[in-house]
Amino acid sequence: MGNASGEGVKERLIALFFAANGILTIVILLGIFLFLAIIGLQAFYEISIIEFLGMDWNPDAYGEPAWGILPLLAGTVYIAVLSLIIAIPLGVASAIYIAEIASPPLREILKPAIEMIAAIPSVVLGLIGLIILAPWIANIFNLPNGLNALTASILVAIMALPTIISISEDVIRAVPDSYREASLALGSTRWQTVSGVIVPAASSGIVAASMLGLGRVVGETMVVLMVAGNSRLFPVSIFDPVRPITSTIAIEIKEVVQGDLHFQALFALGLILFLMTFAINLASDIFLTGRQMGR
Amino acid sequence: MIIILALSGCLDKDNAPTPDTLDIKGSDTLVQLVSNMAEAYMLDHPSVEISVTGGGSGTGIASLINNEVDIADSSRPIRSREIESAASRGVEVWEFVIARDGLTIIVNPSNPLDRLTLDEVGAIYRGEITNWKEVGGEDREITLYGRQSTSGTYEFMRERVLKADYSPNMLNMEGNKAIVDGVKNDLSGIGYIGIGYLTDEIKALKLAEDRGSRYVSPLDENLIEDGTYPLTRPLYQYTNGMPEVNTLPYSFLRFELSDEGLEIVRNAGYYPPNPEDKMNNDEKFRLIED
Amino acid sequence: MNEKIKENIYFTIFRFCSFLSLVILLFFLLFVIKLGVGVLDLNFITGMWQTQDITKGGILPAIVGTFYLGLGVAVFSVPVGISCAIYLNEYAKNTGLVRVIRLTIRNLAGVPSIVYGLFGFAVFVQLLQFGTSLLAAALTLAAMTIPWVITASEEALKTVPDGFREGALALGATKWQVIRTNVLPAALPGMITGSIIGLARAMGETAPIIIVGATFYMRGLPDSLFDKFMALPYHVFILATQHNDPLAEEYAAGTALVLVILIFLMTLIAMIVRYNFRKKRKW
Repeated sequence: MGNASGEGVKERLIALFFAANGILTIVILLGIFLFLAIIGLQAFYEISIIEFLGMDWNPDAYGEPAWGILPLLAGTVYIAVLSLIIAIPLGVASAIYIAEIASPPLREILKPAIEMIAAIPSVVLGLIGLIILAPWIANIFNLPNGLNALTASILVAIMALPTIISISEDVIRAVPDSYREASLALGSTRWQTVSGVIVPAASSGIVAASMLGLGRVVGETMVVLMVAGNSRLFPVSIFDPVRPITSTIAIEIKEVVQGDLHFQALFALGLILFLMTFAINLASDIFLTGRQMGR
Repeated sequence: MIIILALSGCLDKDNAPTPDTLDIKGSDTLVQLVSNMAEAYMLDHPSVEISVTGGGSGTGIASLINNEVDIADSSRPIRSREIESAASRGVEVWEFVIARDGLTIIVNPSNPLDRLTLDEVGAIYRGEITNWKEVGGEDREITLYGRQSTSGTYEFMRERVLKADYSPNMLNMEGNKAIVDGVKNDLSGIGYIGIGYLTDEIKALKLAEDRGSRYVSPLDENLIEDGTYPLTRPLYQYTNGMPEVNTLPYSFLRFELSDEGLEIVRNAGYYPPNPEDKMNNDEKFRLIED
Repeated sequence: MNEKIKENIYFTIFRFCSFLSLVILLFFLLFVIKLGVGVLDLNFITGMWQTQDITKGGILPAIVGTFYLGLGVAVFSVPVGISCAIYLNEYAKNTGLVRVIRLTIRNLAGVPSIVYGLFGFAVFVQLLQFGTSLLAAALTLAAMTIPWVITASEEALKTVPDGFREGALALGATKWQVIRTNVLPAALPGMITGSIIGLARAMGETAPIIIVGATFYMRGLPDSLFDKFMALPYHVFILATQHNDPLAEEYAAGTALVLVILIFLMTLIAMIVRYNFRKKRKW
């Protein structure tokens, strides 16, 4: 009897141990948020919100420092929009091909090959951008140099592709076979089935995949740091250099003194980045669960 | 299990940094030179470990203030604000000049222009002059290549030449090499770099204080050492507290300023401290040795 | 007939798209190979870094630094990740807490690496006083890797059929005994290979380690967890942007090659092992 309850206690302790590890993830996420918020929000003792929403970011100015995040935000949005314009059509088309059209052996090769893209370190893509792509872009468009939003977006798009492809492919394959059979039985061609039945059925999942891709794009640092040009200018054309939030943090965090206003302002930037990606992930989550419930 | 064993191998050494390690961080202009120094020094002192990290002068000084490093490399003088902020954290900062740098204004080799005055350089970087023809060159928009705000070179240019903020159009590059790479491929480019980074793929401009004075090439060693070249600057090392006699920071500094050290300075493309710098250094050493 | 042609056109476009990204990437990689392969020799892999004359030395300290970092990340992330997956898949019922944990994991996986860097800098470097060190970097990257390990481990656990659990439970085994003797042995290979793919990604990260611990030059190898370290991705970054040697570009490409090969090998081996394991599985 005593032995048995000893077993019971042990069992419960083990269960508790595993649960604690689960809860640890919540602790980490909350920890990230709290540290960013506690340090970042202190910046607003000295920087007004209006100043923070200004048009010039120049903390280390010759005269008065400027804390306007709009050019940085514009840089982030620019890269995000441009790279998604490239990555979404390419990614969704690839996903449809892999899921619906490719023969099974080809699929077995393509899937891991695309997974391998995700394994390429971003610094290597940055290097490729620096030595190959930027000079090409400069040549093709007859620009003095290729360090601009377009070059960075092309490389960032490559980074977002694996996410978009693999999740879209999963949701497309999850469309029940009965849909395909019904459509084909009605005399539709495979293309009509894919475009008229499968893609609409998987659409919310494809949206979710694109949003997760967006999350990756917004958070990408090394590529933009190396090839986006990093100027303080507010970007207008796709050939303008841009300086997204991520590279601003990467550049400036190195020079700041702990507890300094600049230090706090960079954490405020980090907080904005965190909230952006959090919102994006949450939204994609809603799309994904919406799909599951709709079925 | 193997993983844990391998890692415990890392762990069983002393946790705190031993007196035989020296952490140096700061200016990208200096990272190469100081790495060379460290390499040579460690050859003679096998038990010593020196790590050298770049990132920019601001980075190094910030780390010094945060008490994270023993020595900060800087290509600009420390600001009084930074000295105060260090003092408030109990860090006493000592300044040494270990070399001199000629800052070089570079353009693409195909650019016919070969000289500028400092005023012109300033106006170009402030964004007031935007076309090469305004300074006697071809009709071509100028592309500005500069450093990031973490860099001492960025600050030195701003304080010495621009005396105002940089044009927001300037591309903020990661390091000297990135500027060289940019300018060598860009007919319209102008950049500024430490003289040690000068290569054949780019052209160094002759500079003059103003129209009336003599244009001097940064490649002329004597004119840099005697201060005729208008853009020279001291390269600093700041120590975390007084480098007491026979401690590692002390002997490393002594080594850097020895004949062997100065040889390394010349080999890296920089110049030895000038007489004024030397006087300052010697005064510090007198204080330490007393 | 018209429909058939339309179908062919569309399908061809799709096929083209799915190969395009791979081809572009392969093309880029070939460039890196072409540029960097010249510097690859035994000395480059096994030599100590010589910053004065980069042609003399090698990148051993960066390779070892990245390897140590990978080990550190594994130690801190794999046990936690696997335990969390066991909790979610074996113990937890569909309560509010579990839904929150799942949501958290998905969100953690989406947090940008630079934000992990800021977090690591504030917590490990400054608050816990680890300094910019191997330990701080390993903990920072581990936090980033945990969600990947959890996802991979849960996938592995889900493939273990319920029969494995029910049979043992019917024989009177406790839950933990069932997990230890029946579930884990079946799921572990999948968990480990999935984790390795996550680790490979962590080892290629640059942005966080710039903030929390990598250094460009040190003689010798790190011999304490509190040492700074050289790392392959950071080495590529510095050579590509900051080194003044005319050959720096080739050495950056060479270093990048070593990094890519290392990560591809890890990923590929993990994939092959997982594939074979799945094929051999009898259930």
